[in-house]
Parts: sequence; structure tokens; C-alpha cells
Amino acid sequence: MATSRLFTNLDQIFILLRNWLVDFLPAALRPAAGIVLGVITIVCLFPGLFALTTVFERKGLGRIQNRLGPNRVGPFGFFQPVADGIKSLTKEDIVPFSANAVVHFLAPLSLVVAVFMEFAVLPMGRNMVLVDLNAGLLFFFSMSASTELSVFMAGWSSRNKYSLLGAMRAVAQMISYEVVLLLSSVSVVMIAGSLSLPKIVDAQNSYTGIFPHWYIFTPWGLAGFVMYAIAATAETNRSPFDLPEGESELVAGYHTEYSGFKFALFFLGEYLAMFAISGLGTTLFLGGWSAPFSFLTFIPSWIWFFSKVMLSIFVFIWMRGTLPRLRQDQLMNFAWKFVLPFTLLNLFVTALWRFMGDGWMRWVVCTVILAAAYVLMGRLSMRNEHFGPRRYRYAE
Amino acid sequence: MNALFYLLAAITICGGLAAVMLKHLVHCALATTVAFAGLALLYLQLDAQFAGFAQILVYIGAVAILIVFAILLTRGADLPKEGVFSSTWFVGLVIAAGVFAVLAWAVLESVRALPQHNAVPAVTVHDIGNALVGRYVLPLEIVALLLTAATIGAVIVAMHEKERPKP
Repeated sequence: MATSRLFTNLDQIFILLRNWLVDFLPAALRPAAGIVLGVITIVCLFPGLFALTTVFERKGLGRIQNRLGPNRVGPFGFFQPVADGIKSLTKEDIVPFSANAVVHFLAPLSLVVAVFMEFAVLPMGRNMVLVDLNAGLLFFFSMSASTELSVFMAGWSSRNKYSLLGAMRAVAQMISYEVVLLLSSVSVVMIAGSLSLPKIVDAQNSYTGIFPHWYIFTPWGLAGFVMYAIAATAETNRSPFDLPEGESELVAGYHTEYSGFKFALFFLGEYLAMFAISGLGTTLFLGGWSAPFSFLTFIPSWIWFFSKVMLSIFVFIWMRGTLPRLRQDQLMNFAWKFVLPFTLLNLFVTALWRFMGDGWMRWVVCTVILAAAYVLMGRLSMRNEHFGPRRYRYAE
Repeated sequence: MNALFYLLAAITICGGLAAVMLKHLVHCALATTVAFAGLALLYLQLDAQFAGFAQILVYIGAVAILIVFAILLTRGADLPKEGVFSSTWFVGLVIAAGVFAVLAWAVLESVRALPQHNAVPAVTVHDIGNALVGRYVLPLEIVALLLTAATIGAVIVAMHEKERPKP
């Protein structure tokens, strides 16, 4: 009895802490103070996580590429982000002479603000959501869609061909893959019957035997998750979809002309978007804060949420170290000719799953349809590709 | 009608005015975005979450991007020397005033024609979804068909023309 109470308290520790702090204030101020505390937590927590992730990323990439990575500042180079932060704060803030100063200034700010807003609807543990919106998923996507305009503003206002090209690439890519991102989430909404993210987690938070009812463990959920992961990688401009900042062609893409802390803000925005989109993927397909086995439910829910998010971040880093960059035409063809049709088919399969009722029949039918479509589409699109020794047009 | 409403209305109107008055086309497009955002906030202030977020998603996320792309791809981003104001601005003003008058008249009439609702109806996203695929399914499908046709048309316009054998 006492241990179960301890575990419940551990699970709700942040809520209890918040209530304890808020109780010092007069009753009229309490709701507002609770929200402010939540906002402060989000604004402090995720940049801290960002600092940690940069070290892990550089170390991990170093390991993959057979080199050491940062190892000078602090033990194992762990204080590198502190040094980087101080460096970017003290550097001169250079605005190009012909740049459009106002837009140039507003772009990184609006990007980071919109990305921070995304965290407001993510349930990071049991009862741990800043606002439980009725249309939470829609809110998330509307915020992530408004970052595209910031990227464009950054690229256009710099008055630099590399910036503009990078911004155009980024916007084209984000729009293409946003369609997939939305449609693959729609299948979850169809089954859960709600756009509210805490409700979607609740729908997955039950067990058969010891195994959870996460949506990834269904045929449509697995297909949807794979499509979501592809689209999420492209949406955050991560490798292998990092054409917008392809160093060999575009210097750094849309933030070429940014220096000092504005550059750091873009960097922060990219990583925060990664956290947010991993958090959404976790919520939609991986059961959010629920434990992977029923006998592990005593571990606090927020530990599960952040473990899953960090695992996704690890996969992002792993892919970056492993895969080569796509070409622009490959990127677009992949989005519109493979991922989008497959996601549309997945919507249909989800509807089948919903209306076939319980039983093993729907497992067989849905799996067969998806596997057949995958093989057929792969075969058809590869039919006209001829792989042979590579011929160089100008270099021979 | 409270302070928040007037603030949001001011933002929306300033955005709209800036979109018309500014000289640089891309600045105008960005000012339009401010107006869109103000409208979305007005919807949210009226507790219409779905409409508000859809407004942000569609107008800021897609329509604004479409506008700036159109400006950049048609080389309209360069500042014209003779100024950006059309010589027939007066006609435009008259037409705009006319449209505004008709809309205002319709809105004011509707207040008198419909009985006043004192209680605010609580419309959830669930209700909107049910209405869209239930009562309003036909308009929804017609719009879907129209959009599909438009997409196919765009693809056909953008397609490479095949080399025809010369006669």
C-alpha cells in the first residue's frame, strides 16, 4: 500500500510540486500561476535537452565516423554546449548591408516561438499536459505549418542566392511532406475518435496479457508510423532529407547569413522541432506515456515519454550518420509517387480495420493489402530504373 | 465586445491595411499573414477552436506560402519604378466600398431576422466532423471533386510537353 502510494506520488511529482508552489499564492492567482509555471518548465527543459542532444549527436556521429568528437571542454567534452552558447552570445551579430533588416530580425524569433507553442498540447506524462485542447492535433499541425513562413522569411530577407535557394528547397520539401504527416496522423484519429492528444494516449493505454495496445502493433499503425517517421525526418530537414542546408551546394541554406545568437536560435528551432515531432509520433503511435509492458507501469509515466522521445532522437542521429543525402528529384518523386499514395491506401485500410470488428480476419486482410501494395508499388516504380556502372557526363 | 476583441480587430485591420499600402510585394504578403493570424485569433476568441486552427493551418501554412512563391516565381519581387499604386485606384475603392456595404447590410439584417441566442452553443470538433460527413456530405464531396480537378489541371499544365514528330 505504502509503495503503491510512493509510486503514484513519483508519477505525479511535477504536478504535486506545481500545486505546492502555487499554494503560496492567493486563490485568485492560482490558475494563471499554474500555467506560467508550466510554460517556464517547457521553456527551460527543452533547450536543456537540446544542449545535451548536441553533445550526444556529435559524439555519436564521431563514433559512427570513427573519430573522437568533442572531448576538450569538461569531462568527455560534456560542457561543449556551454562553451558554444557563450560563444554565440558574445559573437557579433552581423546583418548583411542589403538585407531586409526587419524581416531578417523577425524570422528566427517567429520560428522559435511557433516551435515552442507545439509543446503546449503534448502530454508528457499522466495529467502532464499544459492545455488539453479539443483540437490539440490540429493546433500542433497549425503551429508546425507556420514555421514554413519563418524559413521563407529568413531565406528571402538575407538577399543571398544560397539563402533563397535553401529556403525555397526547405519550403517545397516541408509542404510536400506535411501532407503525408497530416494524412498518416488522420488514421490514428479515425481509430481513437478524437483530436485531443491526451485522449489518444488514453485509447492506447490498456493491455492484453502483458502487451500494450499501442497503435504501432497493428498493420495500419505500423505502416502509418513508418510513413510518419519518413515525413517527420523530411519536415525537420534532417538527413537524408537535409537538402535545404546541403553544405556542398548551399553553404548552410536559409541561415547562411545569420550569425551569433540568431544562428543559435535557428539551430535551437531545428532541434526543438525534432523533439516536438518525436513527441507527437510517440503520442500517436507509441502509446505516449504508457509503459511498454503491463508489469512496468510502476515506473513514472514521464520517464517513459522522455525515453521514447530520446530513442527517436537517437534514431534520427543514427540515420544522419548512416544515409547519404537524396537528390531533389528523388526527394519529390519519393514524396508524391510513393509515400503519399501509400498513406492514402493506409487510410482506406484503417477504415477497413475499424469496420471489420474484432477477430483475426482483419489482421490478415489488412496485412495482406498493405504488404501487397508495398511490394507492387516498389516493383512498379523500380521497373524503369536500370542500375549499372555509373556514368559521369562531365568528369570522364 | 471587450478590450481583447478591439485589440485583435486592430491587428487584423492593420495587417490588411499594410498589405494594401506597403510598397514591397513580399512585405505585402507578410502583412496579409498578420491579417490572417488576427482573424484566426478572433475565431479563437469566439471559442471556435476548429475554425481558428484550420485558419492558421490553411491560410498561414499554405495560402501565404503560395502567395510568396507566386511572387518570387513571376519576378514580381522587384520594386517597379513608377510606384505600385494603380491609376484606377478610385474604381477599386468604389468596388471595395460596395462589397463592404453589401456584406455589412447582410450581417446587420441577419441580426434582426434570426432570434437572438443568449446561450453560446458548445460546438466540439466531434460535432463538426459529424456534421461534415453527415448533413453536409454533398457539399464536402463537391468541393473535394473540384479540388481534385484543379490538382489534375495543375499537373497537366506543369507536365513536360512531348516532342511531336514534325510533319
